[in-house]
Amino acid sequence: MSQELEVPELGSVGLLRYGWRQLTSMRTALILLLLLGIASIPGSLIPQRTQNPISVGEYFKNSPELAKWMDQLFLFDVYGSPWFSAIYILLFISLIGCVLPRTIEHFHSARALPPATPKNLDRMEHHTSWPAQGDELEKARDWFKSKRFRVLEKDGSISAEKGFARETGNLFFHLALILVLLGISFSSLFGMRGMAILNVGERFINTTTSYDSLNYGKLFNEKNLPDFALTVDKFVAKYNLVTSSPEDYTLDVKFAKGDLTQSELRTIKVNSPLKMGNTSIYLQANGYSPVVTVRDSKGNVAMQGPVPFLPQDSNLRSIGAIKVPDADPQIGFVGSFVPTYARSGAEGAVSVFPEALDPRLLLAAWIGDLGLDGGVPQSVYRMDTSKMTQVGLKSLKPGETFTYPQGSITFEGYFQWVNLEIVHDPGKNFALLGGIVAILGLLASLFTRRRRIWIRVGKTVEVAGLAKNAAPGLDVEMAEFVAKLKGEK
Amino acid sequence: MSRTWAYLSNYLVYSSMALYALSFIAHAIETAWAVRVTTEDSKKNMDYKHTEKVARIATAMMILGFVLLFAGVVARGLSASRVPWGNMYEFSITGALAFSGAYLAALRKHDLRWLGLLVSIAVLLTLGTAVAVLYRPSAPLVPALKSTWLVVHVSTAIISGGVFLLANAIAAAYLYLDRMETRGGRTAWAKRLPSLENLDQLSYRLVAFVFPLWTFSVIAGAIWAESAWGRYWGWDPKETWAFITWVAYAAYLHARVTVGWRGRKAAWLCLFAGSTFLFNYVYVNIWGTGKHTYSGL
Repeated sequence: MSQELEVPELGSVGLLRYGWRQLTSMRTALILLLLLGIASIPGSLIPQRTQNPISVGEYFKNSPELAKWMDQLFLFDVYGSPWFSAIYILLFISLIGCVLPRTIEHFHSARALPPATPKNLDRMEHHTSWPAQGDELEKARDWFKSKRFRVLEKDGSISAEKGFARETGNLFFHLALILVLLGISFSSLFGMRGMAILNVGERFINTTTSYDSLNYGKLFNEKNLPDFALTVDKFVAKYNLVTSSPEDYTLDVKFAKGDLTQSELRTIKVNSPLKMGNTSIYLQANGYSPVVTVRDSKGNVAMQGPVPFLPQDSNLRSIGAIKVPDADPQIGFVGSFVPTYARSGAEGAVSVFPEALDPRLLLAAWIGDLGLDGGVPQSVYRMDTSKMTQVGLKSLKPGETFTYPQGSITFEGYFQWVNLEIVHDPGKNFALLGGIVAILGLLASLFTRRRRIWIRVGKTVEVAGLAKNAAPGLDVEMAEFVAKLKGEK
Repeated sequence: MSRTWAYLSNYLVYSSMALYALSFIAHAIETAWAVRVTTEDSKKNMDYKHTEKVARIATAMMILGFVLLFAGVVARGLSASRVPWGNMYEFSITGALAFSGAYLAALRKHDLRWLGLLVSIAVLLTLGTAVAVLYRPSAPLVPALKSTWLVVHVSTAIISGGVFLLANAIAAAYLYLDRMETRGGRTAWAKRLPSLENLDQLSYRLVAFVFPLWTFSVIAGAIWAESAWGRYWGWDPKETWAFITWVAYAAYLHARVTVGWRGRKAAWLCLFAGSTFLFNYVYVNIWGTGKHTYSGL
């Protein structure tokens, strides 16, 4: 005979059922909810790749060991990490498991009549009784009707109930949260988000190759890119003369849809993107592109055009690199553009205002190997000078030319550039709808009181009431009811 | 013209500080007298006729301070022809206004005068910090803030914050009195404070009242972010902490309504939720990174 203890067999179905019950219990939901809050904390303290890739890079540079270890725990991608996803997916499964049965139950109980009046009303709260006059039942019927109670009348008694909106609102609130999550998932699967830097005057045609960077969801189809083209017509930036802080950005574009034959003038501002269905075009950043002409020693043009520079501070001192890989030997310039030039003892050339009032282009010319042929991707704003030698330094005003032994560079002027972000977000309206329904549901559930009132008329009139969740205010309502029945007021 | 409004706003804020200070002193005197009355006359128990007048003065001072601060906030807005929520100085004076406003509004229905001492000193400290550390000259808004949503999103966030902090103060009072009671009963002066059950109910009602508003504020922020930044939710530190606050209060409401938490546990959860709001306001505004960096510091 076996000496083992008899353990009741759960079986796989029983185990599943047990697990499901645990997961959908209120306690688990509450723990998961708090856990979700706690799990989102690290992402707000540690830089995230999606928002601040430069700071993440610094982590890797300063303490590579620690950063590597943190990266394995997804601490730089908290909101896309498996453990974060696990928490919210579990929470939503728990939510669905909790809300769906309740919805069905509520649907049934909303159609059912209130339960019959209890036998002993004197045991209930708010109980009062007085000698009957005769017309109390009729008065009660009218009062319940005017207050929109649901009633069950039986054997000289009425059982009335009100406040179903509480549970209805509660359920709508939770269902709406599921809708929000579905909207977000829909956006990330079918959405796309791309950036393009355009100089004033340039034209953008919406194809994947036109973007400087482009991210799209797993189920996004390139064919779904809407057909449009736009030309940057005019860009005006206004700044505060005292603080240099921006006051207004206005971008005018010539916008053409469909077969691109007809174009119309449209304006894009920071808080008003250009919208076209679920696709929006946002004005995200702006800066300067110095226009230069590079010539070789014989005077032939080796390169000509605007080169976007990257702003470094609020006065738009910008840095960039002008690379001429076709020259022989290769030549490149590390540059800095200041829209309003001033000299500062410690920092050298600085900009004192973001508008181009007195622009300068400061250049260091380098000769040698630009390192572009190795296949290693390089930033367009920086230059690898490790295999190059410097041949000169110069500060140029517009129209001026810097001549060095191997050729010359002329600073012709500048264009302004704008960074447009083009976003296709098919789920946002679901999320918005979810948000609105959630608030309405919340209001209904927090400010509705569910209560029952009973009346029985025989020789005496007996009334009593019951408030669910110990909601306050029933005493006032009962007093009003009794006054009505007695014919007072 | 705009400069005149800015100066006027400063004078109004300073004057309101003086009134809040007077209110604080009156509340302090009232509390001190109440203590003496109860200790000397412990048999007669609970006779507050002496202190009633002082208490009324304290509340009157607070109302006057509120009116002047309200005018100061409005004048600050007029000085730049916009709503006065462009930097942290402006958030702070409006936040102080909302906090004392929430207290005064709650005072109409509930006996909360005992809390006036705390409210007046908290407002005074907030205004002092705002004037001394956070002050920035009145200036126009940066383009990202130029939106109708600024009015909707920031006003609801500030009102929610004021009520959350009031609920926090009451929950803290609950915990303090609760400890006092378990250690052998309330001391004389604490006897006139409301019962534990009242405090418990009151802090819950404040949270339940303002939680939908906070939800609305977060959603309004998301709608605004969609039009200004091209995404409605991006886990920016401010957004993350607003979410944490939302989750914490949602947990608090569930714990009370569904699981039936009362008293001590609920008060601690309420305090935790409120502190995430404060953290968001102080830490993320001043040291945080991200897109919500409008403190002007």
